Amino acid sequence: MSEKSPILHLRGINKSFGVAHVLHDVDLAIYPGEVTALVGDNGAGKSTLVKAIAGIYPADSGEYLFDGKPQHVTSAKDAAALGIEVVYQDLALCENLDIVENMFLGREKKNGLVLDETTMESKAREALTSLSVRTVKSVRQSVASLSGGQRQTVAIAKSVLWNSRVVLLDEPTAALGVAQTRQVLDLVRRLADSGVGVLLISHNLTDVFEVADRITALYLGRVAADVKTKDVTSTQVVELITTGQSGGVTGPSTTAASTS
Amino acid sequence: MTDIITDAEEAGFASDLTQADTFGESVRAYITRVRGGDMGALPSIAGLVVLFIVFNFLNDRFLSNLNMANLITQSGSIIILAMGLVMVLLLGEIDLSAGFAGGVAACVMGVLMVEHSQNWVVAVLAALAFGAVIGLSIGLLVAKLGIPSFVVTLAYFLALQGVALWLIGEGGSVRIDHPVISGIANNNMSVAAGWISAIVIIAVLAALRLLQHRRKVSLGLQHQPFGLVVAQIAVIAIVLLVVTYILNQNRSVNPTFPIKGIPYVLPMVIVLLIFWTFMLSRTSWGRHVYAVGGNPEAARRAGINVDRIRISVFIICSAMAALAGIVQASYVGKVSTSSGGSYTLLFAVGAAVIGGTSLFGGKGKTSDAVIGGLVIATIANGLGLLAQKSYITFLVTGGVLLLAASVDAISRRRRSATGLG
Repeated sequence: MSEKSPILHLRGINKSFGVAHVLHDVDLAIYPGEVTALVGDNGAGKSTLVKAIAGIYPADSGEYLFDGKPQHVTSAKDAAALGIEVVYQDLALCENLDIVENMFLGREKKNGLVLDETTMESKAREALTSLSVRTVKSVRQSVASLSGGQRQTVAIAKSVLWNSRVVLLDEPTAALGVAQTRQVLDLVRRLADSGVGVLLISHNLTDVFEVADRITALYLGRVAADVKTKDVTSTQVVELITTGQSGGVTGPSTTAASTS
Repeated sequence: MTDIITDAEEAGFASDLTQADTFGESVRAYITRVRGGDMGALPSIAGLVVLFIVFNFLNDRFLSNLNMANLITQSGSIIILAMGLVMVLLLGEIDLSAGFAGGVAACVMGVLMVEHSQNWVVAVLAALAFGAVIGLSIGLLVAKLGIPSFVVTLAYFLALQGVALWLIGEGGSVRIDHPVISGIANNNMSVAAGWISAIVIIAVLAALRLLQHRRKVSLGLQHQPFGLVVAQIAVIAIVLLVVTYILNQNRSVNPTFPIKGIPYVLPMVIVLLIFWTFMLSRTSWGRHVYAVGGNPEAARRAGINVDRIRISVFIICSAMAALAGIVQASYVGKVSTSSGGSYTLLFAVGAAVIGGTSLFGGKGKTSDAVIGGLVIATIANGLGLLAQKSYITFLVTGGVLLLAASVDAISRRRRSATGLG
């Protein structure tokens, strides 16, 4: 699968906040049709890396290649223009609006001045159907009446609606029960199968092993390993997260990590 | 535990319900919604009916044609002010200065017309512009500096009283006797014009509603049952026709000077109601107002300019307050330093809340202002007819406002408990 060229490729990303050097020469590749898991302990730099990709905290140095072409992403708008959608942990949905209204929020379809509700409703339904979402009773029910898993579903479906090429999911299952986690992971898999490059940030290794094709482990701001899921065991990934190295795992940056 | 239960229930549902429920199912679904705390306009309409029955029982002049026309004129300025406040409340903000903003705007109009003999059009536009500028400054302070709207508008509440004193002078007042301005609240449409406009409004609303229904059905989108659409049109038609009929009867106590026709305030309120309902429910601006009221952070992440929405709403609220002030000045025939004071703001906030607009933001409609405004005006009018001391009016109105706010808070809790929006 890795013969494919990455849709989003970061090379040698550095980011500092004052004296704190948070990201050291980080390389990250996201491939179309694959789920790449980004794992690491608290403070390893996962969030900073996601924000660098999303354009919220642009990197200090390094290359940002999208479709192989260098890009300057300095704001959330730039990232959105490339087709990068971020689904945040604290879901950015308005409870008082319904599913359709939330999916089109800020990008409403209009006929002149008037909202084009019929088009929006059809498109929202299409997006949900393409992900085989069956848990939502009606696209016109308000988000307040949805469970946590359903809300996550709506947030993810939003990225399908906008034909996003890369979707970053920040801890999508953190607050969910067992059955809902199942639904969301299925959804993540279907999203990737539709050709989208998915980056899954997660603490939960069970989830990661279930759904991810590749794992990128961060340790103190450096890439400890970039491996295929099938080549590693859960124990090795735990070692990578906690110590930055693991016997027998060879990733592109393991040498860099061990010399530090 | 609840997660698993919900999931078990969800498993039985189809991906989406595009078919209309039957009429009976819609009624049952509505009852479920009401029991779950999503009551909408129900408490206020029920309250209005109860008030009508009680006041009619206590005083047989209450339901007279003359008093019904009075009620409509009296409620006019309350409703217009409440329409502006509904939008501010939708954001989860408050405008305590709206009453005086309207009063001072009316003073601006009065002083321009009487002391500077300006044309009434210039004076009215100046008053509206004054309101808009007040709203702009409030909006900038709230959105850009981040001062709570409660504090900003409390400051304006005090400062605007100073402006009124400065414009008019201590204890003074300016007579408003210009035929156009005083005609807003005191003149009536001709009987023929009244019937024609009522029928035109009904025909247009019915046509739009039916077209929308047909389009939804043909595209297979979610829609209401046809019976419910027809019922809604029928209710609106009956209410409009009955009101038109009553107002087109002679209501004068003096048989030599017949008074009949729809007071101009009523079409004004209807036009504003249609316009703001359209703006809030059919434009992206309106959608964004609800979004900012529901979750400002989500709105910001969706790329909505939250500050601009906030500022626009404060401008609209103060401009609507100015309009309400003009209508009130027309009704009482003068502007004074106390215009827009005492209970004006309380009545309007009360109207919005009684109508069903939430004080917590994100929930409310322009029609809430109309129904709530009628409730407030009915209380004031009915107690006035009973020649009660004015302290009773204040006590009763305060009590009704508390009751409405309690209904809002309780229904909000039930909504979150039952997961309805």
